[in-house]
Amino acid sequence: MSILEIDGLTKHFGGLTAVDHVSFEVQEGEILGLIGPNGSGKTTLFNLINSFYTVSSGKIIFNKQDITHLKTNEIAKAGIGRTFQVVKPLKRLSVEDNVMAGAFARENSFSGAREVAHEVLKFCHLDDYSQMKADSLPIGGRKRLEIAKALATRPSLLLLDETAAGLNPTEVVEAIQIMKNIRDELGITIIIVEHIMKVIMTISDRILAIAHGSTIAEGKPEIVAQDPAVIQAYLGSEFNIGDHFNA
Amino acid sequence: MTNNTQNGFFKLTKFEFTAIAIIMISPLLFSWSMYFQGLLIIVMLWIILGLSWNLMAGYTGQVSFGHAAFFGIGAYAAALPYFHWRISPWWGLITGPIVAVAFGYFLGKLVFKLKGPYFALGTLASGEILRIIFGEEELITNGHNGIFYMTTWTSKLPYFYIAAALAIFSILIIRKIIQSKLGFYFLSIREDQDAAEALGIDTVKYKNLSLAISAAMAGVAGAFYMIYMGFIDPEVVFALHNISIITILVGIIGGVGTIWGPAVGAIVMIFIQELFRSSLFGLGPEWLSRLHSLVFGALVVLIILYMAGGIVGDWPIIANKIKSWKNKTEGQS
Ligand SMILES: Nc1ncnc2c1ncn2[C@@H]1O[C@H](COP(=O)(O)OP(=O)(O)O)[C@@H](O)[C@H]1O
Ligand SMILES: [Mg+2]
Repeated sequence: MSILEIDGLTKHFGGLTAVDHVSFEVQEGEILGLIGPNGSGKTTLFNLINSFYTVSSGKIIFNKQDITHLKTNEIAKAGIGRTFQVVKPLKRLSVEDNVMAGAFARENSFSGAREVAHEVLKFCHLDDYSQMKADSLPIGGRKRLEIAKALATRPSLLLLDETAAGLNPTEVVEAIQIMKNIRDELGITIIIVEHIMKVIMTISDRILAIAHGSTIAEGKPEIVAQDPAVIQAYLGSEFNIGDHFNA
Repeated sequence: MTNNTQNGFFKLTKFEFTAIAIIMISPLLFSWSMYFQGLLIIVMLWIILGLSWNLMAGYTGQVSFGHAAFFGIGAYAAALPYFHWRISPWWGLITGPIVAVAFGYFLGKLVFKLKGPYFALGTLASGEILRIIFGEEELITNGHNGIFYMTTWTSKLPYFYIAAALAIFSILIIRKIIQSKLGFYFLSIREDQDAAEALGIDTVKYKNLSLAISAAMAGVAGAFYMIYMGFIDPEVVFALHNISIITILVGIIGGVGTIWGPAVGAIVMIFIQELFRSSLFGLGPEWLSRLHSLVFGALVVLIILYMAGGIVGDWPIIANKIKSWKNKTEGQS
């Protein structure tokens, strides 16, 4: 069953069309990888789904409900969690309080929210940092805090925007494991944007490739990686997508 | 501050119990002086105003420069029914907060669309506009003549205990809010509105809620001011400097975003204000009385430069300094 249906989604910024008639579906329990060169519209797509930007045209259906014109907080309550590529911690609050703030989306009591926060912190390997102020976390911790805050809202669909960027190799492995656990243990559907091909290729069930705001390929990772349009899109950028897939 | 503990509404820590006990006996210690008892009542009033401002500015990040608007509306809610129909101003303790919240609701619709300095200017304008309107509309408000009322008691004590009860109740309410979902939502909005929305927080709704609670508290303070002083006029209760700005100073000196900050700020502020106003309680030369604005200015600059967290917010640092200084002097002796 599809949990998310995107239909002809379009976003103009003045003369620029950042997302151009994009349509796709996400199945429940799936991990969909979203790839594309810098500036191709991946973050904008997330910002449209969670209503950070208003949609120029097109439709977003989540769990059979049209959410195109809901507000950001309503979308979060409907069950879509997201992380920000440029992390947005609640800086002067402790790590635990950050996660509790998210947990209150489904909990009204203090103790209930704290219980959820403790589970989520453990899940994201942040329990040792729980009393630290969020802005004193090292970058790896901040990225995991983004995931933890979103998880605490108990989403059924999670949008992860480059949560492995800037991590060292050990942290990348840890991040991949956490993402896998989110789907396998918590049963949460994931759309993941990632530049590190090792991450996207090992973790995704299916990949959607976009360039200049339009879909250029869609399918199994090994097929998309060899798609001429995808290779063309990445030409001139530093990496060769095929190399990364084989690595 | 972190919110990882939760207290019952009336369950006090040792510090809180001591603080409340001191408040309760303070007027008895000054039973020889109506003047000092009067100051204590004013301190209670400023505690309520400071708490009110702090909830909106310190905890929710919406820095108001117009709290005189809510204070003045509360005061006139108590005064006008008396002026027109001889209805007791005491009802103002109920109607004051209601009218202030209603006004806050419409103000919120206007000012929450503004960001940063524009928000500050919008709130500042609201107080000033009310001051002018209430001064001009003589038929309704009696304009600059103000409104008189023969106060109920000559003794200060009943006023003090009513004001103290209101102040302590306000502190307990704020403490309860901060240790609940509401408080987490206010703090999240202060830290990052976009992140808050993504966490499912209706930032518009919760900013309005913060404003409503804040307006209600300031409205109570205003109504009590009318009841206690027996006289108000627009220049007094809608005053930009003497109400709106001093409210901010109380918050900053005590510690923005702390529960007990406004209480400490109110005591320090009133003490310094009176010290200079009365030329060191009549002991110093007369010209000292003209310095009190200057001393305030200097104090605020010093606090912002060296103690951004205010007295309560930076207390751990201050306590440490005192300790090391004590150790040093003891080592020398
Ligand atoms: N708020 C905005 N205003 C104007 N242009 C924007 C805005 N957000 C994104 N864009 C533009 O939209 C395009 C897609 O950006 P983005 O979605 O961030 O790309 P990606 O995440 O794939 O790197 C870029 O050209 C970017 O400059
Ligand atoms: Mg991006």
